[in-house]
Amino acid sequence: MASTLAPVSSSRVTTRPTVELRGVRRSFGDLVAVDDLSLTLEQGQITVLLGPNGAGKTTIVRVITGALPADRGTVTVFGLDPCGADGEAVRGRTGVVPARPALYDRLDGRRNLRYAAELFGVADDEIDDRVAEAAARFGIADALGQRVGGYSTGMKARLALARAVLHDPELLLLDEPTAGLDPESVRAVLGLIDEMAEGGKAVLMCTHLLMEAEGLADDIVVIDHGRTLVAGSPAELTRQYWTSPSVLIDATDRLALDQVADLTYVRSYERNGAAIVELDEAEHVADVVDELVRAGVRILRVEPHTPTLEELYFAIRRGAE
Amino acid sequence: MSRSSRSRAWVIARADLAQLRQSRDFWMPMLVLAAMFFVVIPGLLLLLLTSISNVETAEQLGQVVDTIGGEVSESAEAASTEPGTQAAYALAVYLVAPLAIIIPLTVSTAVGSNTIIGERERGTGEFLAHSPATEREIFFGKLIASLLPGYLTAIIGFALYSLVVNVIVGSKIGRWFFPTPTWWAFFVCVLPPFIALGLAIILNISARVSSAAAAQQASSLVTLPLILIAYSITGGALSTTAWASVILGALGWVIAIFALRKGVSAVRRERLLGLGS
Repeated sequence: MASTLAPVSSSRVTTRPTVELRGVRRSFGDLVAVDDLSLTLEQGQITVLLGPNGAGKTTIVRVITGALPADRGTVTVFGLDPCGADGEAVRGRTGVVPARPALYDRLDGRRNLRYAAELFGVADDEIDDRVAEAAARFGIADALGQRVGGYSTGMKARLALARAVLHDPELLLLDEPTAGLDPESVRAVLGLIDEMAEGGKAVLMCTHLLMEAEGLADDIVVIDHGRTLVAGSPAELTRQYWTSPSVLIDATDRLALDQVADLTYVRSYERNGAAIVELDEAEHVADVVDELVRAGVRILRVEPHTPTLEELYFAIRRGAE
Repeated sequence: MSRSSRSRAWVIARADLAQLRQSRDFWMPMLVLAAMFFVVIPGLLLLLLTSISNVETAEQLGQVVDTIGGEVSESAEAASTEPGTQAAYALAVYLVAPLAIIIPLTVSTAVGSNTIIGERERGTGEFLAHSPATEREIFFGKLIASLLPGYLTAIIGFALYSLVVNVIVGSKIGRWFFPTPTWWAFFVCVLPPFIALGLAIILNISARVSSAAAAQQASSLVTLPLILIAYSITGGALSTTAWASVILGALGWVIAIFALRKGVSAVRRERLLGLGS
């Protein structure tokens, strides 16, 4: 399926896109990593790139920074070509958290941060303050004097994040930023992503962990085999892929809820704790409740069900197949 | 290179040198090797030769120096009438010193061969690939980080070697004689461009190969020609005039600059990412 959809703008959107990919293709020998992909990232917007391992997420990050040239298509970042003479300017305004932290294990945390600050052109008289600020923000201030080789996975991930934001980038690209992190660190990372977007930065987060994208994404792009399956805001995708009304029903005897699965107007039924019932029409909610009451089931809760990102993702994948 | 480019190359070089300082497992063996070649081995040999009191052994040594002939015999005989001292002089100027050239070369090539492929193997190439540093800046940063340890080893090593030689043999001759004019010309004119040339080739290889081991194997071949040149110049096989060293050095710089240009083009971001070799 050729990608024709670009992420739809959200409430935070301003004018010119920060990143614009049009019909991008990149292959490695016979392997096509990205194929005819179009993507737009806007200022102040969090775009979540969802896809299984090997879907092409890392290649997209690399194409955006100009680290890898596209075989075909156009790539524009801040209105510039990252693979041409403007590459230096593009990369200087971009922060990247790679899938592997890519830290210098023999150096201590402070030296790693200083190296990045100097390379990205932070003024000499600001470096110490920026390093201290970034380290404090990610809770690694006490470990700055230690060799990075002795850091835990979580500390390395935090250091990589601190390094990515040291130079106050306008575009932040995060490739699986929470992989291997403890819950506290995950929360810190997601907090940072939200904070960056609030501050007007464009953020692209690649992940295959749907839970962490939940509630964070302004736009979602689902890719597989380097192609866009679908793109849009969560609300739009929900409307598009979740056309039938759903209700969540809970009861004292949850097993008894299963009897509604066979009703003619029930399109799908799933019980994992409470039951999620998908109906062909919203007016049948009353009929379902009536059936259960007549069967003597004591209902605790009936409420509209908004699909989780995970449910949405699998619905999209099913649609693609 | 612009000022900001020079500055970024220097930033990369400083980070590499900082890592090198932390790599005790790398520089400790190098330090031992340097101490052996510049101080311990020449010191012991020269002490042994200059303290020979047996007349028969001394005469045999004198015959050996005569047998070598050419410039070696002439300068050794001009330096002293004592056969042991003559042998010590010949050994210090014509045998051990050219061999010691291998140390700064080994240091530089060991650093250089690992520098670009090392970024790739450790995964830190991804950081550099996404940084604003240009391929040229990355190359020159790596070059500086490889050159400095080699030049520093050459300066300190030969300073120590000169001290050992002059204290042990010079005291017998009655004057400090090392470095000789030929060696001065070699240090100033020939050694720097040929180390740079060797490193340009090694960095080129380091940017292209898929493992550090492959880069190290290839780099060992690069050191061989320089050792041969050192022996040829100091042994008199090549012209020993200062002008000859100046011309050879200039030629070395021309080839080195060409090799450096080729080296720059070998650094590509996708290679830093571990793609394509």
